[in-house]
Amino acid sequence: MENLLISLENISKSFDGDLVLDELKLDIKENSFVTLLGPSGCGKTTTLRIIGGFITADKGRVIFDGNDITTLSPNKRQLNTVFQKYALFPHMNVFENIAFGLRIKKKNEQYIRDKISYALKLVNLDGFEKRDVTSLSGGQQQRIAIARAIVNEPRLLLLDEPLGALDLKLRQEMQYELIRLKKELGITFIYVTHDQEEALTMSDTIVVMNQGYIQQMGSPEQIYNEPENAFVATFIGDSNIVPGKMIEDYCVEIFGSKFKCIDKGFGKNKPVDVVIRPEDVDIIDINSEKTLLKGVMTGAIFKGEMYEMECKTYDGFEWLIHSTDYVEKGKEVGIFVEPENIQIMNKPSSEDERALEIDV
Amino acid sequence: MNKKTKNIIILPYTIWMICFIIVPLLFMIYFGFTNKLNQFTIENILSIFNQDNLKSLILSLELSLISTIICLIISYPLALILKNMNVGKSSFLVFLFILPMWMNSLLRIVAWLTLLEKKGIINSFLLLLGLPRLDIINTPIAIVLGMVYDFLPFMILPIYNSLTKIDDNTINAAYDLGANFFNVLIKIIIPLSMPGIISGITMVFIPSLTTVAIPNILGGGQILLIGNVIEQEFIQSSNWHRGAGLSIVLVIFILIITSFVDRHSEKDDKILM
Repeated sequence: MENLLISLENISKSFDGDLVLDELKLDIKENSFVTLLGPSGCGKTTTLRIIGGFITADKGRVIFDGNDITTLSPNKRQLNTVFQKYALFPHMNVFENIAFGLRIKKKNEQYIRDKISYALKLVNLDGFEKRDVTSLSGGQQQRIAIARAIVNEPRLLLLDEPLGALDLKLRQEMQYELIRLKKELGITFIYVTHDQEEALTMSDTIVVMNQGYIQQMGSPEQIYNEPENAFVATFIGDSNIVPGKMIEDYCVEIFGSKFKCIDKGFGKNKPVDVVIRPEDVDIIDINSEKTLLKGVMTGAIFKGEMYEMECKTYDGFEWLIHSTDYVEKGKEVGIFVEPENIQIMNKPSSEDERALEIDV
Repeated sequence: MNKKTKNIIILPYTIWMICFIIVPLLFMIYFGFTNKLNQFTIENILSIFNQDNLKSLILSLELSLISTIICLIISYPLALILKNMNVGKSSFLVFLFILPMWMNSLLRIVAWLTLLEKKGIINSFLLLLGLPRLDIINTPIAIVLGMVYDFLPFMILPIYNSLTKIDDNTINAAYDLGANFFNVLIKIIIPLSMPGIISGITMVFIPSLTTVAIPNILGGGQILLIGNVIEQEFIQSSNWHRGAGLSIVLVIFILIITSFVDRHSEKDDKILM
């Protein structure tokens, strides 16, 4: 289970002199659900296509289950791809679409029929064999595309923004379907998306990419709660990023007030960036002894499940606050943050700065 | 737009259609089914079964079919290469292949005459090199050559168009499912480009079948295709009745072919949507 299935070793790729991937290293374990997440142009689709074999890397190696497959053509790889916009064969019906890979492998007719009926049940389209693919809805076409890939029993399924063209409701439904499918099939999924919510919901590992670099790799909780840099913090959810100074272990100074935190090992009096999620900012009484910063409420928007509010502290910083409790505009309040909700990040060193630009 | 203005706008076109399409057609039908005494007859239609006329029709069908097949064999790989080069529809390369379409077709054929003539450019060149003479002028080979040269762009363009409409990911998906190039070509690319193939075939086969100028110039007037037979009836024999009768037969042939082709392309059009 913990076997390494695929490793990308120092992969570089450029298009027309534009460096899209720069010395990318990535190890993916067997039976994991890995999401490559990032804004458009971050290199996530290129990475997927290099694994699929549709693009050859300029430099570096792709190792699949111990074998070098860097230059192997796509039809010889033990993996299948679910393409963006489905890429079904429009001149074939559902049955023939799904049967395509099996016919190439010269399986017998009975085997093909059993496999297709199993696959259609798995994607909840039982009995659709004779349908014309062009008559199906987007969601149904997507399911057929998945069925077409999985009948070949790949060890690795690559999914290239498969839900991008679906509406919100259907997208959420399909997210749960994909999680279920992954469990039933017991194979490795590599999923590409620019949608952070999709990534958080489905994956057990998220690889956040930007400008051809991996910014952070970790579980959804790690990525959300402990972003390693400002790019990850802003790309995944809303956040307040404030400059701070690490006074000593477990204590950070923000706008002149000392906050307790749970981070250590940054050294003494070291300038850092501090990430605090909007839902972790507590509004308390201005005169409370817990109050760390004082400010005045400047706005509130009702968002359904919570209020999105802003509070301008006397140092001039506008805090974004998510809370179910409404606080009216103009009220003077205090701000408090629990130590475990403070995430300390190193300031980016200058050569990394290009990688931190956000171009969403 | 109300109905009245609509009618005014389409009026010139209606007049045009009546004067230049409907009326001549009616004349053709009238002449085709009457004799010189203006009596009804189907003799003109049946004259297609005269040995010489039938021979011309069959030769026309043969040469058109051969030219169409040659055009298809040349065009398909070329269109596929152009698509894979990803040069774009407005590229210079694509432009080069459709450039001949801008020249008068008669001029293009006359150009071939000067090339192929007994003392033409090719033969002078061969003579210079001490090689045997190429003797194909006034043969069916020269006619096929003329047809292929003249109509090739009409095959390339629709095929190229239909190939560029195929999504790259559809082709990638087939490779991904284990297909090699040959599988992809047979099972995906050719079926999906069928509308282009069919319109290419129509656009080469029908003008080849009805051509008059190509056999006149490159066949030296010695090889009669069905177009030449009709032309002779009208001009040399001044027998409009016979000429119209044979024209009707040819039109019926074309209608049968196009209706067959239409049925196929309708089915394929849906696929490309």
